[in-house]
Amino acid sequence: MSEVLHEVTLTVNGVRRTASVPARRLLSDFLRHDLTLTGTHVGCEHGVCGACTVLVGGEPMRSCLMFAVSAQGLEVTTVEGLGLLPDARVCATGQSMNPVQQAFTECHGLQCGFCTPGLLTTVTAYLDDHPDPTSDEARAAISGNLCRCTGYQNIVKSVLRAAEIRAERRVPDAAEPGERHPKPAAAGGGPS
Amino acid sequence: MKPAPFVHHAPRTVEEAVAVLAEVGHDGKVLAGGQSLIPILNMRLASPGHLVDVNHVSGLGDITITPEAVRVGALVRHSGLERSEAAHAALPLLRQAVVNVAHPAIRNRGTTVGSIVHADAAGEMPAVLALCDGTVEVVGANGIREIGWHDFFLGALETVLRPDELAVAARFNRMPPGTGTAFAESARRSGDYALAGVAVALTVTDGVVSAAWASFVSVTDVPSVLDLTPVVGGHEARSGSFDNALDRAAEAVREHVAPETDIHASADYRRMLVAELTRRALPLAALHATSPANDSFEVERRGAPTRSLTNPSFDHHRVV
Repeated sequence: MSEVLHEVTLTVNGVRRTASVPARRLLSDFLRHDLTLTGTHVGCEHGVCGACTVLVGGEPMRSCLMFAVSAQGLEVTTVEGLGLLPDARVCATGQSMNPVQQAFTECHGLQCGFCTPGLLTTVTAYLDDHPDPTSDEARAAISGNLCRCTGYQNIVKSVLRAAEIRAERRVPDAAEPGERHPKPAAAGGGPS
Repeated sequence: MKPAPFVHHAPRTVEEAVAVLAEVGHDGKVLAGGQSLIPILNMRLASPGHLVDVNHVSGLGDITITPEAVRVGALVRHSGLERSEAAHAALPLLRQAVVNVAHPAIRNRGTTVGSIVHADAAGEMPAVLALCDGTVEVVGANGIREIGWHDFFLGALETVLRPDELAVAARFNRMPPGTGTAFAESARRSGDYALAGVAVALTVTDGVVSAAWASFVSVTDVPSVLDLTPVVGGHEARSGSFDNALDRAAEAVREHVAPETDIHASADYRRMLVAELTRRALPLAALHATSPANDSFEVERRGAPTRSLTNPSFDHHRVV
């Protein structure tokens, strides 16, 4: 059966992207296969593991539980876009990182790295709404993201450290979800 | 773990959506948030030929508060209901329950009406609809109809909705004056399906409990409401005699529910668990009924009822 293709256009990390895909193309596969943004990882494909979490309209959602056709016209931020957000700074490695990425680097918040893209996007949105979490709250915030290395101790530390870095960078609290996207102007290469 | 091919329809109005549904009949399925449907498609437990994606249908995204009810449109996400201060003020039970639905990332996409229509016995919102004596508003090829919760659910994952019908809203009736509510559930992992859960409402008139009722999660096939007035009614709220009556309430719950055994828990364990959750939720509802001011300042948290209540004699049954 040759499937009908739909032209899907959405804004990913501040850049308008278009691809023709069948209706059944999951947003996760659209990002990885059609747009070759392989930073978004695919784990369970039924919404349990959290690895594929991206920001849609600034809010964390499972990209494996959305069809690309349903995301038509929406703004999506993947892990590749976090370094382009307004709160990102160029770090010692020479790369631009937002506070959460910086904190995971400092605190050894990843081991194999498979769950990391989902954690980074989830925590980025969480800290906008909860800029100063306790460790209990941090633990609850990441409860929808499974780390099979079981590296949760350092992930919780990373969340708390990210809140500190955020404060140091004077990121405004509780930005509107819609502002949680790289601006098109920054889309070329990001702050450098 | 990829869905089978399907034809995607993206209607812009309710009328268009209903027309497509009528045309494709049993081969069609409505896609709203998709947080239950898409896993089913991914695992190929179902492979409908047509998906009617209502995400771009206008007029379905509102929460409306009237003196009688909170009306939730079919495209209101769980997180939208959770954050709505107006809905929380009108009917605190909604936030008390919805924070227990899966994880935030799921609540950001999944819809409350979709969860009701999905009719999973482990769903929180069908139980809430029942406790509120709620109604589902439906539009079909033959026009509009309203279906009371009692007539809506036929069995697990089964409702009276016909293939050409679209649920456009759910109406949760507000509670009578002097009524407090609480929600409690226990899951094996944060955000997972509850092994058992309960929603309770309790009315206090002149300091005395005048009505109490409960509905359940994961321990009945379809939502059902148990009238607990005969066992806790007539007692002074938050008194020793009320606490004594909780034993009889727990007993009534044990007799009412019909849980099943599965890989996660035996039927007996679920029966014990839901009775205990009810015992803990009722005093919290009584607290909310007698000091509503506290409730509006309270941040509802997952599992809060079972954590915040102290009942030393049951510490060995801690389920959190």
